[in-house]
Amino acid sequence: MNMSSDTIMRAADGTPLKAKLAQSLRREQLRAMALIAPLLIFILASFLLPILMMLKNAVYDPDLQDTLPRTSALLATWDGKALPEEPVFEAFAAELKAAQKERNAALIGKRLNYELPAMKSKVTVTARKLEAVQQGPWKEALTTIDPVWGDIETWATVKHASSTFTPFYLLSALDLRQTAEGAITAAPAERQIYRQIIMRTFLISTLVTVLTLLLGFPVAYFISMLPPHQANLLLVFILLPFWTSLLVRTTAWSILFQDGGVITQFLHVSGITWLLNALGLLHGEPALFKTRLATVIAMTHIQLPFTLLPIYSVMKTISPNYMRAARSLGATPVYAFIKVYLPQTLPGIAAGCLLTFILSLGYYITPALVGGPTDSMIAGFIDTSMNNEGNWGKASALGAILFTATLVLYYVYNRLVGIDKLKLG
Amino acid sequence: MPAPAYATRSERFAYWFLRAFVALVLLFLIAPILAIMPLSFNSESFFSYPMPGYSLRWYQDFLGNERWQSALRLSVLLAVLTTILATTLGTMAALGLSRSRLPGKAAIMAVLISPMVVPAIISAIAMFFFYSKVGLTGTLPGLVLAHTALATPFVVITVTATLTSFDWNLMRAGLSLGAAPFTVFRRVVFPLIMPGMISGALFAFVTSFDEVIVVIFIAGPEQRTLPRQMFSGIREQISPTITAAATTLILFSTLMLITLELLRRRAERTRLAAVQTH
Amino acid sequence: MKKFATAVIAASALCSAAGLARAGDSINITSWGGAYQDSQKKAYFEPYVAKGNKITEAEYNGEVAKIKAMVEAKSITWDVVDTDTPTVLQACAEGALEKIDWGKLGLDKSKFIGGDLTECGVPSIVYGTVFGYDTSKLKDGPTKVNDIFDLAKFPGKRGLQKSPVMNLEWALIADGVANADIYKVLATKEGQDRAFKKLDSIKANVVWWESGAQAPQILADGQVVMTSAWNGRLQSAIDKDKKTFKIVWDHQGLDWDWWTIVKGAPNLDAGYRFVSFASAPGPQGDQTKYIAYGPANKDAIPNVDPKTLPNLPTAPDNLKTAFNIDPQFWADNGDALRERFNAWLTK
Repeated sequence: MNMSSDTIMRAADGTPLKAKLAQSLRREQLRAMALIAPLLIFILASFLLPILMMLKNAVYDPDLQDTLPRTSALLATWDGKALPEEPVFEAFAAELKAAQKERNAALIGKRLNYELPAMKSKVTVTARKLEAVQQGPWKEALTTIDPVWGDIETWATVKHASSTFTPFYLLSALDLRQTAEGAITAAPAERQIYRQIIMRTFLISTLVTVLTLLLGFPVAYFISMLPPHQANLLLVFILLPFWTSLLVRTTAWSILFQDGGVITQFLHVSGITWLLNALGLLHGEPALFKTRLATVIAMTHIQLPFTLLPIYSVMKTISPNYMRAARSLGATPVYAFIKVYLPQTLPGIAAGCLLTFILSLGYYITPALVGGPTDSMIAGFIDTSMNNEGNWGKASALGAILFTATLVLYYVYNRLVGIDKLKLG
Repeated sequence: MPAPAYATRSERFAYWFLRAFVALVLLFLIAPILAIMPLSFNSESFFSYPMPGYSLRWYQDFLGNERWQSALRLSVLLAVLTTILATTLGTMAALGLSRSRLPGKAAIMAVLISPMVVPAIISAIAMFFFYSKVGLTGTLPGLVLAHTALATPFVVITVTATLTSFDWNLMRAGLSLGAAPFTVFRRVVFPLIMPGMISGALFAFVTSFDEVIVVIFIAGPEQRTLPRQMFSGIREQISPTITAAATTLILFSTLMLITLELLRRRAERTRLAAVQTH
Repeated sequence: MKKFATAVIAASALCSAAGLARAGDSINITSWGGAYQDSQKKAYFEPYVAKGNKITEAEYNGEVAKIKAMVEAKSITWDVVDTDTPTVLQACAEGALEKIDWGKLGLDKSKFIGGDLTECGVPSIVYGTVFGYDTSKLKDGPTKVNDIFDLAKFPGKRGLQKSPVMNLEWALIADGVANADIYKVLATKEGQDRAFKKLDSIKANVVWWESGAQAPQILADGQVVMTSAWNGRLQSAIDKDKKTFKIVWDHQGLDWDWWTIVKGAPNLDAGYRFVSFASAPGPQGDQTKYIAYGPANKDAIPNVDPKTLPNLPTAPDNLKTAFNIDPQFWADNGDALRERFNAWLTK
């Protein structure tokens, strides 16, 4: 004990203990940050930065700006009331010729085609024919090749498509269009699809979440009441699917659901097919492969452990004494269950259902392999936009929508459940 | 679960009903996985019962075909590299995070866990945009980095879980008794977090070993992993070889499950022992 | 004298080709999978590998977007790609393919059917999109394109490719449009609406295939009563797997496949050496032993397996109602129609 005349507690080296504590706390915090930093930097650089890039791609649209810099600069001052003047046509013709040489003309056409049908072939044909034209007047030359260059709408489209940033992809991911005047209207009927797909994604996810809850809750309840060794045995039935790769489980379902496959056989042998036929609900053998029903069943199977396990781990901590007390005070079993037991399980239900809902929104493999084209969800359409249509802007815009939905739900999860409460296995 | 003694007749009925319901749900969970296994021994190439005969021809194809074998080798290599990197980074971060008085801890945690929650298709296109800019698409290092990002959340979660009950005074005691920090870590901290690390490592391994979407977007023709081979197999032409591959993977996950269960029991015993000695 | 000149040209071509063929190359080749890629493996890849080269194979379903994505992202992992004609035209126009230097190849462009259609590819084979059915399951099978759309006469599912190409054409043909007018009609919004409306009538009864290998498989499995397919795929199932399929040649759509090299391919020169090897008359003729597609190199025609001749899409009997898939139309309108088709599919 080295208590000196003043009342301040001091450490062995004489510094006040409070300062020493603060110092060591700071040092400890620094050490903690040093431990966290490598992973944090890694995740920021290799994961969050790419996502920011994707979000940028949803509004970034440099193609026309890059290929038609002079034209777009001249069009910036154009009021859009009458056809642009000759200098605009001159600049456009020169830049289109240059683009044709660089093999970029099709890119101009592709971008305009998103907003004006058949523009792609018009641009490529114009670019090809323009090669033979040596001198102006260019307004006349262009409108002779294709009257489309005499339309004000064409130039209005060129004007607003040549800004570097565009709301176009995000709007079209919501089935909307921006007119030349800047008003927002609905997209043409045959292109309207994304709202339907977004709705479908939420619908399937809700359905899967509700089904996993309906199936999972009683099972979790039952197992939580068992003595540990029996409970562990039954948990294997849940953990084995949980640990089996998603791709393997999807493969299993896609094989079982084949026409004439194991499930059709099972329904036939068990008499269910006969029963459904007798009731007039079915004609002949059921065709399940590539249907919504198959998709929902397979997704429910895959997500069931995710909903069930958090509920189970909450139920395990609920003391049976509350129920006993309620019963002994005269509550009916149903009343006691609803008023006493159920409220205590709510944190588990929230955790399990939110997790399943978040994960369901992003499903891609399962709908692609066991569902049909009318079951594809947002994720499947992002893939189609990328790999089939080559429309990165649209893929990124759909990605941005899906990402936002996930983020909001993740935030809710974090507030409601707490990310540090997340348990695995 | 026996019905309590005070149960009425209708309650007894409810219990039996519950039992039957639970049995059906558990059957639903396990049946698809079990049903696929016998099909892999079918002597003919179709997917229904009864099977005309048994044969190992699909296993021969799986084990003898260079394409499947190189896919398997690549997947194992990728998963091992991912596991090493993810376990190291994840454990360090979990150790840092477990100090409770860290400012912005919740936000950091949310960022570190985010790769687990963000849909794979978004990670995939985002990584495609970025990795192609920096020249990492079509390379093994690119795949390892991508999978590490996806796998670290699992390590962070499992190691953090083992640290919540950790008494940091043990470490302070060790340090104040003059032990070097690394010795303290090795002798005091490491044995306690080891079960968490191993189960985190297993999760990391499985995450990489199963991952297909990111691979489809950022891998080149040389990086044909096992899931990618399976995925293209199902999309193009379902050959029964896929059932052989699936069965092998199911056995593999069963082994994982057993390992984890043993670890959990061990951890429980250590914890009990710790409680008793206190 | 003329004969002598030809001989000299042929000899010099042979020499330069031989000069190109060098052992120790390593390239990536992407093609269409299934029976077609198997035939390429036997006729081209295996002999080429036997010379000491290394080939990494990959499959795709002809998505032009995948080629363009690599080039736009500047991360090129493919060298040589087998494409159809609309794809080579579109990818070429959008700067995603190398312009072919025929001198470097040591080949004579005029010897290749359609060789001057584009600067970016070397024609490899001529194929037809046809449809077929299983005679063991269907006695009086379909004979006309109209039958695909006739649910009363042929109830059940039919397989079609998950792509607007050929489906829109057949829809118009079944709706009464003559071969010569197909693309004129399809160029208009009304024509497109008309084609989609016709497809609507069978939409609920279609199983969509994506890879060429799926078409014969869904037919063999009995998932569909008839399916569209590339003629060689059905013929291979008949010849090799002893399937009782029958090919209906009515209004087959003719097209070529091309060897192309992705712009900025990491193994550009090796890619050239492979394409040069694979376009020579010998291997071109060899391929007909393994699949019923016509060689695009006219010099290979004498080498065609005589058993295959009547099964080629170019056999006179098979050409009666055939039409050419208009590559320029699809190169220009493919993106827009694919987008509409994908939207239509998921509704």
